[in-house]
This record gives sequence, structure tokens and C-alpha cells, in this order.
Amino acid sequence: MNKLDEKLTANAVIAKTLDEATTSDPDLIVVTCDSRGSAGLVPFTNAHPDRTIEMGIAEQNAVTVAAGMAHEGKHPYVFSPASFLAMRAIEQVKVDVAFNHNNVKLIGISGGNSYTWLGNTHHSLNDVAITRAIPDLEVYQPCDKYQIKALFNYLLKSDKPAYVRIGKRKLDNVYHEDFHFTPSKAKVILPGKDVCLISTGETLYFALQAAKELAKDGIQAAVVDLASIKPLDTKMIAALAQKFNYLVTIEEHDVINGIGAAVACEVAQYGHAKLKILGFPDEPAIQGTQDEVFHYYGLDTAGIKKSVKSFLSK
Amino acid sequence: MNILELKKKAVALRKRTWQLIYNHQNGHTGSDLSCADILVALYYAVMNQNAENIGQKDVDTYIQSKGHAVEIWYEILADKGYIDRVDLEKRYSTFNSPYIGHPTTEVKGMEFHTGSLGHGLGLGVGVALAAKMKQSRKHIYVLMGDGEQAEGSIWEAAMAAGNYNLDNLTAIIDHNDLQISGTTDSVMRSNPLSTKYRAFNWEVLEVNGNNMGDVVNVLTKPNDTNKPRLIIANTVKGKGISAAENRADWHHKIPTATEYQAGLQELDAQMEALNNE
Repeated sequence: MNKLDEKLTANAVIAKTLDEATTSDPDLIVVTCDSRGSAGLVPFTNAHPDRTIEMGIAEQNAVTVAAGMAHEGKHPYVFSPASFLAMRAIEQVKVDVAFNHNNVKLIGISGGNSYTWLGNTHHSLNDVAITRAIPDLEVYQPCDKYQIKALFNYLLKSDKPAYVRIGKRKLDNVYHEDFHFTPSKAKVILPGKDVCLISTGETLYFALQAAKELAKDGIQAAVVDLASIKPLDTKMIAALAQKFNYLVTIEEHDVINGIGAAVACEVAQYGHAKLKILGFPDEPAIQGTQDEVFHYYGLDTAGIKKSVKSFLSK
Repeated sequence: MNILELKKKAVALRKRTWQLIYNHQNGHTGSDLSCADILVALYYAVMNQNAENIGQKDVDTYIQSKGHAVEIWYEILADKGYIDRVDLEKRYSTFNSPYIGHPTTEVKGMEFHTGSLGHGLGLGVGVALAAKMKQSRKHIYVLMGDGEQAEGSIWEAAMAAGNYNLDNLTAIIDHNDLQISGTTDSVMRSNPLSTKYRAFNWEVLEVNGNNMGDVVNVLTKPNDTNKPRLIIANTVKGKGISAAENRADWHHKIPTATEYQAGLQELDAQMEALNNE
């Protein structure tokens, strides 16, 4: 695809991947909620008007209609800001998509804190909590362009409903072109022995940078990618909880019931590791640029490093 | 089936539904009886769908948005051979049974899980849009309740159906003017429904939803309007059992032994009258 050093948004990679898939999948359609611009789908919808269903600003109905279309053999990808798709339309996701086993892929764009100044109405800091609680709904949060491409190559072949959360940032590369995505598998991307950092989505890059910084201070931090939030690689997490004395989760999400909670569940049952959960506190998030807000909550490289050192010294 | 045969079928199925609910002490009695004639018309006179062809490309789709009126639907599916009637009558609302108080796709003939209100019309819009894309000749029928019209998602779906000129979609409102807490006008006034749907670019027809001849006529009337069609079927909740008629508390009331016997006698008398026609 693109040059190795070119930074792209998740939207751009997804739009291109779906555009390429139109040649092999005659049933692929996109369902938009007045969101084709913010989803980066204008080139797609212009090129494929016959594969575009505009539902207007009506996320609940968009999800239900997509379920009806999936029932008839279509392969809908519903694009809407994560906040509205995963929260406003969650009952439609639960009933019409997941419970009915309709092959609908829900793409929550502009997720987490990425709407910055637009405020907490637009932030989705609870979407992982709520979507991972829905039976038979897969939940993914990819971190870079190679993983997104590989994830979508999997989704295009899968007949299972799924929710994918992406942000707006131009993504740094974590992986390489040959990355292969395996659902339900966590991935160790850096080995270590003193502490294990577990992250997902856009904060994974900062976790990786923090691990490199910690190495300079003699702390060998492993880094694990939890892009597959559900199905969860419980086996690997249980093994990590037994191998390490310290686990730290980092996520662009409320600390309640995100990946930290998912990991905690396994640690409490199978491990001895102490666990530190880094994320957004249980309060309305402070407003600012994503970098400012990540810094404020200690989710950037420096903040993660500081939390890890403090955690290990206790 | 001619209209007289359809009327007899409706009485027979009301009786089986009454028995099913009484025998298992569970069900939405008033809602089942209210829409019985509409379902009989759809399954025995209108829809191109049977136990063998359901799910095929050009075969009609039925979506029951008011999922709670499920017992009459079970009895129709059993009568039409989609499911085994002995199995239904043995296992309805028992442990680990597919025959529960709302439709599930575990039951042949039920293409969607419903029960949470306000979903069926949007599902119908999705099926209708996909059918147009696939150049399928299927027609989509969605049955809704009138209390259900308070759900906002219905109006999102109604707007989309009107926007996309879904003339392959027929929605029917079982308009019995009652819901669990009382009259729809006292709980949340949705009337007048006809002007609301017309404003959403629907063709709207009204009919006596408990008059079999009228119901069949309206459901088989060709739609040349380039619009989705709404049929407001004015019905009586609990229709056919005088103790239950027009009573909100019969939404999911179970008959007592005395009421049950009286109901059976009433239904038998109705059948006898039809036999003498």
C-alpha cells in the first residue's frame, strides 16, 4: 500500500481497503449517518453510489436498517461517530445486530477523545465497556495502518458482527507491511521481564515509546497489543499475570470496564501480578487537544513512564 | 381460501391461542386476539411465503414488530407446517424452549428476533432496500402496535421508508387504541397516525382490522403510488372473547378457569355460526 513512512489516518486506510474490496465483494455496502465526510468516505461514496446507503442523522435506524440488509445477504459497514454508534444505538446493536446474528460491521469513527474541543457529548470513552458487554459482538481497536488493513481483510471475510473503534490521529507505525491479523490473539510486540504494558489502539504507540524510555533506565518492559478486545486472548493474559509481577494497562477509555477491567478479570482469577489501570478517570474529561489531554491524564509516553516507575517502586 | 374459510381459520386459531395461553398460564392474550385476523389474512391469503420457500429471493418477508403478540403467530406457523404443533403445545414457555414470549429466529418462520418495540419497521426498511438492490420481487410486511408508535426509532424508519420510496413495504398498525397502562390517547397520544405517516411520504389506508373481507381486500390492493404503504387496521383488543374485548388489563392477562370455559364456548358458538353461513 502506501510508503512505509507515510502517516495515514485510520479513515483513509479503511476507505481504501473497502474500495479495493468492492471488486471481490458484490454485496459490500456502506451505511452512513450524514457522516461520509467525517468518515473519509467521500471518494468511496462518489465512486460507488450504488453501494452507499445514507440514513441521515439517525444512528439507531441506520443500525437496524443495516441489520435488515444483512439479513438479505448484504455486507453493510455502518460508519458513525463512535459516541453515537456505540451509545445512542446500543440497543439496536444488541438486538438487531448481535442477538439476531446479522453480519453488520459497525465502524465507530472519531473515537475516544479525538474530537478534542467538541467536548464530552462527542467523546466515546465508554464504548469499549458497553460493546464488549454485548454477547456475540466482536470488538476491535486497531493501532496502525498495517493492522487496520489486516483487520479489515479479516472482517471482509468474516460473517460475524463486529464493532471497530478508530480515532482521527495520523497514525504512527507499530507494525510492518507483512503484519497478519489473528482475531482473539493478543500480540507481544516487545519482550521484557520487569513489567508488562498492555494497550490497544492509539495509546499502544505511546506504551511502546514508554517501554523504550524505561529500557534506558534499566527497566525491561514488555508490550502487548490487545487490538482484539473481544474475543479476548484470556489464555495469554492469564499467562502474563503469572509471569509478571507488574501489569499496566493503557487505554483511551474510561477506567471503568475497558481493557483494564478485562485484564483485571483474568489477573484476579489466574495470576499473582499487581495491576495498574491507566485511562480516563470516572468523570467528564477535561477539554483540550488530544496531546494535551493525554498528557494531563498521563497517557502519553512521559506519563506512562512515570506511572510505571512509581508503580514498580511500591 | 375464500373469506368464509379465512374467518373460520381465524376462529380456530383464536381458540388454539386461547388454549395455549391457558394451558401454560402465559401470553399476551389481548394483543394476540386483536391482530388474529390480520395474521390469518397475511398467511392464508396474501403472502407469497410458506414453510418450504421461506428465505428464498422472491419470497415475501413478515416482520412482527409488536413481538409480544407471539402466541397467535406460533399457532399459525404450526398450522401451516413451519413448526410442529405438538412440540409447540408441549414446550411453549417451558425451560430451554424456543417458544418463548417473544419471537426468536430459533423458530422457523420467524426471520428476526423482536420484542423490544420500535425495531420492526427499520428492519423492514433494510430488507426492502436490499430487495430493491437485488431486484427481488419480494414484498415486506411489518406489523406494529399503536402503543409502539411512541418509539422514536419508528419515526426514523418511517422517514427513511418515505425518503427511499419503498413501495415494496407495507406496514400495518394493529390500531386497537389500548396499551398496557390504558388507552393510547391517555398514555401518549399518537393519533392522528394517518396525517403523520402521510407527511412522511407514505400512502395510508384505513380498514376495519377485524373484518376479514376488508383486511384481505386492502392487503391485496396493488400499490402504484411509488410510496411505502401504511394500513391502519382498526381493531378491538381481545377480539372474539367478550370478557377480554376492549380491556387494557387483558394485555397479558391469563384467563381464570371460568373465563377460559366461557371463552371456549364463545369461540365454539362463533364457529357454529360460520358453519351455518
